[in-house]
Amino acid sequence: MASETDSAAQALPTGSGGSPRNARQAWKTLKGVLGVLAAVAFTFLGLLAITFFIGRVVPIDPVLAVVGDRAPRAVYEAARIEMGLDKPLIVQFFNYVGNVLTGDLGMSVSTGKPVAEDLARVFPATLEMATLGIIIGVLMGVPMGVYAASRQGSLLDQVIRVVGLLGYSVPAFWLGLVGLALFYAKLQWVGGPGRLDIFYDGMVDPVTGLILIDSLIAGETDIFFNALSHIALPAAVLGFFSLAYIARMTRSFMLDQLAQEYVTTARVKGVSERLVLWRHAFRPILVPLITVIGLSYAGLLEGSVMIETVFSWPGIGNYLTTALLNADMNAVLGSTLVIGAVFIGINKISDVLYRVLDPRAR
Amino acid sequence: MITRDWLLDDSPTSRLQARLGRSYRLARSLMRNPLAMVGAIIVLTLILVALFAPWIATHSPVGQDLAMRLKPPSWDNWMGTDELGRDIWSRVVYGARITLMIVAVVAVLAAPVGLVIGAVAGYFGGWTDRILMGITDIFLSMPKLILALAFVAALGPGIQNAIIAIAIATWPGYARIARAETLTIRNSEFVAAVELQGASSFRVIVNHILPLCTSSMIIRVTLDMAGIILTAAGLGFIGLGAQPPLPEWGAMISRGRSFILDQWWVATMPGFAIVIVSLGFCFLGDGLRDVLDPKHGDRQ
Repeated sequence: MASETDSAAQALPTGSGGSPRNARQAWKTLKGVLGVLAAVAFTFLGLLAITFFIGRVVPIDPVLAVVGDRAPRAVYEAARIEMGLDKPLIVQFFNYVGNVLTGDLGMSVSTGKPVAEDLARVFPATLEMATLGIIIGVLMGVPMGVYAASRQGSLLDQVIRVVGLLGYSVPAFWLGLVGLALFYAKLQWVGGPGRLDIFYDGMVDPVTGLILIDSLIAGETDIFFNALSHIALPAAVLGFFSLAYIARMTRSFMLDQLAQEYVTTARVKGVSERLVLWRHAFRPILVPLITVIGLSYAGLLEGSVMIETVFSWPGIGNYLTTALLNADMNAVLGSTLVIGAVFIGINKISDVLYRVLDPRAR
Repeated sequence: MITRDWLLDDSPTSRLQARLGRSYRLARSLMRNPLAMVGAIIVLTLILVALFAPWIATHSPVGQDLAMRLKPPSWDNWMGTDELGRDIWSRVVYGARITLMIVAVVAVLAAPVGLVIGAVAGYFGGWTDRILMGITDIFLSMPKLILALAFVAALGPGIQNAIIAIAIATWPGYARIARAETLTIRNSEFVAAVELQGASSFRVIVNHILPLCTSSMIIRVTLDMAGIILTAAGLGFIGLGAQPPLPEWGAMISRGRSFILDQWWVATMPGFAIVIVSLGFCFLGDGLRDVLDPKHGDRQ
């Protein structure tokens, strides 16, 4: 039993020690958190600088993009002044940051609505798909990684290794198309593109924007199962990419742990293999695993950009690609900002969680 | 046999002999790694197919034949035909040229930029380091695909702009690696010796630091190739990369999207090409890492 408490002590932060030591510890944690916050603020400012640069500096003439090239001189000048382009770049940048911070991302040319409003409408669809994807990825990827590590070199291990590499070399949009051809057209196991059959469209009131939850709130099980049949395939495709990555990393972490001496000790004492795997070796890797899952979740938000086009999924990726093809720069930059911000946010949160949970990283 | 002894000589008499000997040893240990060999063969095949495309293709990649549109795979058209009656096999073969060109140009653009920025930041340290790495980290923290998409949107669609955008999204990774390598080299004695002899910073970086960063660079570039291919194909799929009638694989999949339910081969075949080539680069990169960088070898 001794080794068990050892490994538990290693995995969990313990609050032992006198109060001055605790205070010092707390101060150190606080300083760490403040440092992370400063880094986050700096990164967000950098993100804004990049989108500002792309929006105002790279196009040959942003005014022409708005008024068109047949506008008379006076209209052109008026638009130029209205857009604030006569001011120095640095002033323009501060105006831009101010606008973004107050939630003003400009108007979308293609939908005729404020970009922020559009994004709030489409984001839940992406969130729903990516969340289901990461759930599939974790539920399958973690056990796959653990078993691959416990039977290193076996056939199963080789298969999992190839699956892991496939996750790096299969185009997501292509896998989605092949999935549609196979599971929708041939086998008819799942629903086609879109979030619901047209018949059900608009029948539940959006409360959370997540149809799976909204339909349950409304008590409409028909709609729930219909939505489930539509989301299953895109979520499974996303799940494949996250399970490939998660299984690969879990395997690598587990191999490190299984080579540790305390694992040998436990085995020598006659602890069953299942307990050695899940209690002794698996617990210490929980903390780095959280970072991996966070990274993977953020990656799925990016991956959904490709998937959504294939499945006509009305999420942020579809919104972004439509905007790209219509050269609707406000919508493009707004989506870039939101995806970038969520991506950075999830990364930093998992970074902080890692610091809080792992006593060695403090 | 005599050449072999000369190559493996423990005390080479010339630089050339030492270099050739080292390459020979690396090649031999790479040959012992089966996955790496598969990867090398795939990459070599890609290069050969791209070089000899006119001889390997059975039809013209752009020649239309509307009487033959959307035919399933057969003896005449190994991968079937698309909606304009073009032979998909021939288009995939010519597409190898585009894919190879994209990865080569991105590597040539992004790797040296990252290498120089990382080496300069690592060598000078202080504020130079902080500013350069601050910029690098901002780019690193952005999702690559989204960054490339936004740049292409501003630059306008097209294969050149797609390449530039991918290069912009790729260089920060190389800068990080080059900096880490430089930090380990900077304080070594041979650098101090060269500095004492009065070598300029430029000379130290170019002649003594950059050459030592190249092996980890080659590993990273090879491992990144799959990602670059996928991003390029993704841009082509959305319609922002290579424009028709160029037989770019991603763009071909995009054209086949409308027929996926009935004529599956139009979209599926170019996808196989992407998967095989990306896997090849992954295998080769993994193998190169095992050979050139033994520290990581046993973990994967």
